[in-house]
Amino acid sequence: MTSEHQILDELDADLVERLSSSGPAVKKAATTLAAAATAPIIIAVAATEAFGKDKALPKKIADVLNFALTLEYLEDEFYRTGVNSSNLIPAEHRAVFEQIAKHEKAHVELLRSALGSAAVKKPKFDFTAKGAFGDVFSNFETFAALSQAFEDTGVRAYKGQAGNLISAPDVLTIALQIHSVEARHAAAVRTIRGDTPWIVGMSRGSLPAATQAIYNGDGQSTQGGANLIGMMDLSKSEVSAAFDEPLSKAAVLKIVTPFLAG
Amino acid sequence: MKLFDNLPPSGGFDSPLEIASSRRSFLHWSSAAIVGALAVGASIPGLTIDNAFAERAANNVGRAVDLGSGDIGVLNYAYALEQLEAAFYTQVLSTPYANMSSAEKSVLNDIRSHEIAHRELFKAALKGKAIPALEADFTKVDFNDRMSVLKTAQTFEDLGVSAYNGAGRLLKNGDYLLLAGKIVSVEARHAAAIRILLNPKSAAFAGDDIVDDQGLDKAAMPGEVLAAAGPFIKTRISADNLVSMKHAERN
Repeated sequence: MTSEHQILDELDADLVERLSSSGPAVKKAATTLAAAATAPIIIAVAATEAFGKDKALPKKIADVLNFALTLEYLEDEFYRTGVNSSNLIPAEHRAVFEQIAKHEKAHVELLRSALGSAAVKKPKFDFTAKGAFGDVFSNFETFAALSQAFEDTGVRAYKGQAGNLISAPDVLTIALQIHSVEARHAAAVRTIRGDTPWIVGMSRGSLPAATQAIYNGDGQSTQGGANLIGMMDLSKSEVSAAFDEPLSKAAVLKIVTPFLAG
Repeated sequence: MKLFDNLPPSGGFDSPLEIASSRRSFLHWSSAAIVGALAVGASIPGLTIDNAFAERAANNVGRAVDLGSGDIGVLNYAYALEQLEAAFYTQVLSTPYANMSSAEKSVLNDIRSHEIAHRELFKAALKGKAIPALEADFTKVDFNDRMSVLKTAQTFEDLGVSAYNGAGRLLKNGDYLLLAGKIVSVEARHAAAIRILLNPKSAAFAGDDIVDDQGLDKAAMPGEVLAAAGPFIKTRISADNLVSMKHAERN
């Protein structure tokens, strides 16, 4: 079993060196011409500016990015395998899954590029989860169900890490820009599966019971100290659906661990 | 524990009378808003930089609703956007376009509820620091026309996503950042749902027009967002204290 430690804590000191050695010219170019700079450069420069030559601190940021990269590896391989499996995805739904596959591939490339040699290696995946989803790449219903599970998990996972990026605003912005794309994916897949685009209460809908952990804790009535039920006749399900809740790294890893081979 | 119990002083706002007197005026074009307008350029229908200045000169009577500064300013900014969205969907459902399918009605009704929940959250949480109710201007929307309604909805949802994505970095308090995060993904779900109603079974839910080739959704600063929302809000809003240009560029 691949442990959290192995996946997430392979921080290469080279990252620190690379980021710390970025010259002022690079910083200036990326900050004044941010629109023209690519996201990996922005991440690298942001990390340098935020942490300077302090070699201890970037680990917190790199850990978040490696955690994200691990999830993106999973999604990328899942969709790539899916769109390349003949007779799996009905023609009417191909455009959706090809678009998702394109984004997950881009996310992997972006995060790998930003992390450089500090990037964790891609784990080996077992999307059957030791046989629990044995027909994942031959039965569209199973494939779409796992797709929804991964997307809804991804949304909650990124959300749970936002606070860890508050000291690195450029990295935070990019993480938020990925986060909302994952939410778009989730809504599209949920729609294909005949569910609401949003999560109502803690309902997993027609997903198998094994996925319940993805939805636990999502049915909140109180936000920012205000109980919203009853305000303007809002129901409990309406209030809960209006807010997506975060998941901790530990909770996310518990959810994805069955899909790691080994 | 109440998240908002120890709010710093807000930028304040004008008396209801002054707000009422400015009902026909437009957004206050702060320097940030103008730069934002330059950035979005021709994407603001019927509103070029030149006539933005002209409108400002013509309508610069009375003072604007000030969003305030710091985290309160950002929360008021979000409250303003949620007010706009809630007002829009309330109108959509009270004067439904012809032949609104049950599936469409269900989606639009859910979104209305969510936007009202967001609005009520900010109103309750900001308490006395909340900006007053804003007056919307939907004269550009034909509520009898499905395409007009859904395209406006798409504009609002995509704009909302970009606004929260851009504003995250402006928040100093991690609890507020998380709260914004809880909302933005629901706005993104809305955006996808509306896009699916307009273009079902296609890549449009996260189309190349809104997600770039690095797989990133848009992130926009308040100036750009308020410039785009301006044509839909009668009340004049000032974001002058929300974020300095220096802050926008460097943080």
